[in-house]
Amino acid sequence: MTELEAGRAQTLVPVRSGPALGRYRDLLIALIAFAVLASLPMFTGSKALLDFVIRCSAYGLFATSLNLLVGYTGLTSFGHGMFFGLGAYSYGLIMQKLNVPIPVAFIATLAITTVVAAIIGAICVRLKEIYFAFVTLAFQMLIHSTILSWASFTGGDQGLRGGIPRPAFLGIDLANHVHLYVTSCALLILGLLAMRQIAQSPFGYTLRMIRDNAARASFLGIDVWRAKLTVFVLAALFASMGGMVMALFVSGAYPEFAYWTISGEGIFINMLGGVSTFLGPMVGTVLLLLLNDTVTRFTEYHGIVLGVVILFFALGLRKGLLDFVAEWVAHRRDAGEGR
Amino acid sequence: MDLDALAGCLSSSACLVTQTTSGLIIGMLLFLVAVGLTLIFGVLKVVNFSHGAFYMFGAYFAMTAYQLTGSFALAMLAGAAGTAVLGLIFERVFMSRVYGADVLMQVLVCYAFVLIFDDVVRMIWGPEFKAMGMPAAFQVMPLFIAGGVVPPYYLLLIGVALVAAIVLGLGLSRSRIGKVIRAAAHNPGMVSALGINTGLIYGGVFALGGMLAGLAGALAAPVRSLTPGMGFSVLIESFIVTVIGGMGSILGALIGALLLGLIRSFGSQGFPLFVEGLMYLFMVIVLVSKPTGLFGKEAA
Repeated sequence: MTELEAGRAQTLVPVRSGPALGRYRDLLIALIAFAVLASLPMFTGSKALLDFVIRCSAYGLFATSLNLLVGYTGLTSFGHGMFFGLGAYSYGLIMQKLNVPIPVAFIATLAITTVVAAIIGAICVRLKEIYFAFVTLAFQMLIHSTILSWASFTGGDQGLRGGIPRPAFLGIDLANHVHLYVTSCALLILGLLAMRQIAQSPFGYTLRMIRDNAARASFLGIDVWRAKLTVFVLAALFASMGGMVMALFVSGAYPEFAYWTISGEGIFINMLGGVSTFLGPMVGTVLLLLLNDTVTRFTEYHGIVLGVVILFFALGLRKGLLDFVAEWVAHRRDAGEGR
Repeated sequence: MDLDALAGCLSSSACLVTQTTSGLIIGMLLFLVAVGLTLIFGVLKVVNFSHGAFYMFGAYFAMTAYQLTGSFALAMLAGAAGTAVLGLIFERVFMSRVYGADVLMQVLVCYAFVLIFDDVVRMIWGPEFKAMGMPAAFQVMPLFIAGGVVPPYYLLLIGVALVAAIVLGLGLSRSRIGKVIRAAAHNPGMVSALGINTGLIYGGVFALGGMLAGLAGALAAPVRSLTPGMGFSVLIESFIVTVIGGMGSILGALIGALLLGLIRSFGSQGFPLFVEGLMYLFMVIVLVSKPTGLFGKEAA
């Protein structure tokens, strides 16, 4: 055995057994989380709490998918919200115009998102840093303008009104609030689990390498453009799922879903929760929604409050909350082992 | 879509003059905002997302000064000088802390200030639309050029912006300070080693950028309505300008701004609902064919 082969054998062992164990652990955590969330309606009749969780599902899917780009690949997209809007509009329009069952509309929306994301991504991912950010923003605004100006099809600035039909399927009736809630939770957990698998897969580690040193990745024979495009499309799919959950929740779709502010909030959520931990964006989502709900109740100047909170995270902590906690825990553990 | 209207406009000299003038004033205002943005990016290497706020403050400062003194010149001065001071403070106290940090961090600090500044304006001047009104000196008969109507104020606006562009261009290429600024953009470490205070240059460039945006806001105040959040659409458009022209290029900012102004004014004839879309489409086309913008330098 040459030295090189020996080296490779050593690295292969943990790669093979590590993720397998991790996969079972992730699956277990997901099942427990789903069981806890799904049993919530048995303990509380609070519609507001259930609504909060549904909104967290929609934004959480969106924000976590954005982190696949920002945190894992180093692609700062300012236009990720376009896929949130695209999901909501595609799903809503399919349900309103074509009389199809919900799962069909769901899959059709994902198919549409794949095509659109592949085209837009193919153009965007070859650009670097700030140019990538602006072109994604431009595409987002292009889609937003299209929604506004194509009023006969999309309802223009009024949005997709008149409700989206929710025919029952497989014994699930989404017109029922509890059914809608459990379905949203299921979509959230499934989406998170899938994204976790992507992040922990060899492909996920390829993304990290591209983030840290794209030139090196390229020398090692990785097709950087293709890997970036793949993660762009994958992230778009989960954002689109978030959009669908939102459309289901409000039974409509509005141009704001595709406006740049959604992308801005996504970035903010990521910064708030942390980009170096998988669940950071989820923590950020809960924080932002809580913050929004509380602040708007107390003051009309919620911009100032949000702004100051952002400054605290950006200039004070210099990282997201979960990043901060994770680092603190690691630091404590190191100190403990040292003694 | 209304292509007949666009064709009709293009074949009528009156409409051509009117639309070109309105395209030029949009373009010149955009240039003033965008050139500050591109200058700040070129020297400080930060993307100032809060740049639109300086345009907004310029307009509000000008309106207040005009209401207090009744002098148009003082209003312009208040808009430009007020935002210069604001820019200097903002850079020294906040932006200077995130130099060299993640782009995301810089954007976030700026985003925070977009939220804060909009609310500050709402607190001081109220949430409703405001109007400064056209100064008496310009309430005269419009000029008729080839059948097109051109208010004299438009000519003043275009003239002031042109003068600013020329002074800035010459100042950067000829003067000593201009050379130091360009050197600092290239190699701040070397400039610092030569005993020049780079912090001062950074603050100065930020103040200059803020001043130009404030001047644009002050110039726009008589012809646009003022509202908290008015900076944002201008910000997005000036970003498109800088990206089309190439980030860091002043000539690029001028060409990009004029192109965008003309696209806006003629686009509103042919595609009244899709004007915004046209701009983004244009940006995408430019960036796809030349990823660093029309006058941007290739990254090494």
